[in-house]
Amino acid sequence: MKRMLSFVDAVREATDQEMERDASVIVFGLDVDDPKAIQGTTRGLVEKYGPERVFGTPLSEDAMTGVAIGAALAGLKPVHVHIRMDFLMLAMNQLVNIAAKSRYMYGGQVQVPLVVRAMIGKSWGQGAQHSQGLYSFFMHVPGLKVAAPTTPYDAKGCLIHAIRDNDPVIYVEHRILHFQKGPVPEAHYTVPPGKARITAPGADVTLVGISYMQVECLRARSYLESAGIHAEVIDPIWLSPLDVDTIVESVRKTGRLCVVDNDWLTCGASAEIITLVLERLQGTVPVRVRRMGYAPVTCPPTPTLEDRYYPNGKTIASAVYDLVKGGQSGWAPQEKVELQEVQFKGPF
Amino acid sequence: MVERFYRSLYRIRRVEEEIAAVYPTDKIKSPVHLSIGQEAVSVGLCEALRADDVAFGTYRSHALYLAKGGDLKKMIAELYGKLDGCAKGKGGSMHLVDVGAGVMGASAVVGTTIPQAVGFAYALKLQRKDAVVASVFGDGAVDEGVFHESMNFAALKSLPIIFVCENNFYAIHTHQLKRRKLANICEQAQVYGMPAEQIPGNDVLGIHERVSEAARKLRSGEPGPFFFECLTYRLKEHVGPNEDFHLGFRSSDEAKSWIENDPIRRLAEQVSSTERSKIEREVEAEIREAFAFAENSPFPKPDELYTDVFGS
Repeated sequence: MKRMLSFVDAVREATDQEMERDASVIVFGLDVDDPKAIQGTTRGLVEKYGPERVFGTPLSEDAMTGVAIGAALAGLKPVHVHIRMDFLMLAMNQLVNIAAKSRYMYGGQVQVPLVVRAMIGKSWGQGAQHSQGLYSFFMHVPGLKVAAPTTPYDAKGCLIHAIRDNDPVIYVEHRILHFQKGPVPEAHYTVPPGKARITAPGADVTLVGISYMQVECLRARSYLESAGIHAEVIDPIWLSPLDVDTIVESVRKTGRLCVVDNDWLTCGASAEIITLVLERLQGTVPVRVRRMGYAPVTCPPTPTLEDRYYPNGKTIASAVYDLVKGGQSGWAPQEKVELQEVQFKGPF
Repeated sequence: MVERFYRSLYRIRRVEEEIAAVYPTDKIKSPVHLSIGQEAVSVGLCEALRADDVAFGTYRSHALYLAKGGDLKKMIAELYGKLDGCAKGKGGSMHLVDVGAGVMGASAVVGTTIPQAVGFAYALKLQRKDAVVASVFGDGAVDEGVFHESMNFAALKSLPIIFVCENNFYAIHTHQLKRRKLANICEQAQVYGMPAEQIPGNDVLGIHERVSEAARKLRSGEPGPFFFECLTYRLKEHVGPNEDFHLGFRSSDEAKSWIENDPIRRLAEQVSSTERSKIEREVEAEIREAFAFAENSPFPKPDELYTDVFGS
């Protein structure tokens, strides 16, 4: 029988295995050594590896990112943990001006093997500054890699790869995915960039779901089945570098592409993916496209507004139905209780 | 020892004078922030460091790079945008690097390398090495939030690092006392829990003595960090080869005492004339050779644009 682990335990195991394998791996960030241990993702590490390799930091995201870069320049492999992606805004100078550029602007003399773990929140009133999926900022900058795994299997494999990678990696985690369970081998393995995963096959439409929206895309696929539409669902896993080939091949077959992002649309990953696909196909196949993501407003905490802010399985299914059939039918699927959204339950 | 200091000071001054002389020809493909007037800080500091100690600097780092042992030919080639430059023409004057000599890089964004120096020191401590880190920045960096965050963490972890604030009184054209109520940089360091001392007047030997003592303590396991505010003066404009007294934000009167007390001239008086002419002859030959090297080095081929983005 396959071993089942939660996303949280997959992250913890990946970190533990890499720290055991390589004494240069260190883990730090606000609260990584506190009793809650970042949802459990860093549980037990300080007891096993000691407070020099695992430590909580002052509330200094800017400097601590620089510290991570400096440690990496000296040969360590730091994993810098942020309990919210929103907090990375305090670290942009170090990430964009130094981490991304050092190898290049120093003519290949140095490297910055750094992992930045950043968490996105949703539901239970996360609101304006606990909910942002700002990974497109980092996709924009040459020299940074971006991973956004959705399954526990990929969570472990991407993190092990990220730690071994000799370049800075922004590793994006969605808090709701933390609770999901899935098969995870005990052995060390990596999920490197270069290969997106077809998570469900289909011939009528290509659905690309990023981060948590991968789960909603799979729900949408189930709703669409009841209308006789077969969606192929793709998880990019790594956003930068991005495996566009897998998406292009799918779209060549389906002629329809809907990208559902866990972010706003403007200048986001969805815009980038659709552009890359259309550039590649250059009209050789007629393609209809659609983007979905956050409403173009600040995330509200109150549930009636928050529900409308995010795409979900049903709204995705409705949009994709029209993308496939043409027109604006107003079709909406019957609610399937077993597909209801998993809500994050506070307090945290 | 005085001879060594004189050679380093003279060499840096003359290299930068040559850069200033060549600059109008447009052969130098990089904005230059000259250290002329401030060389004493880098020389005093670096003469107290070992080859395996490392230094992080600022966009005004020609002096630090050379004093720490960075390769002169590669530096000039870098300014020329040539393939044999220390960063293959991809860094320029503001991002000089020579890892072999312990010059770990410099940033155009003020204050940005301070936490990297702290992180490097954290690694050295974890790796049980007895090397030390020097973090060099200007008085402008003290205005930045990252300075304070970095001081706090370095003190909290007792790291083997020496902070050197080159206080030349101006951030571009704005005087320190237009940017802060009090001229109290050392006090600001002290509140984080580290000893801090102001060293006035481009005192190259004084800086050397204090930094040597700090480095000795750090190597013997005493807790860091140490902080030195070294008063100095920029004689050229913020960026470029000219003077800027005509702009009116400072007067040439203010510069007078710094010019009169130029440490290069002061030290020259302590070196015998035979030794001096030998040093100067050798340095001039080295500079000629470095500029010829840069002239003759090829520009990088267009394909070089895409290398060094990622390692693998």
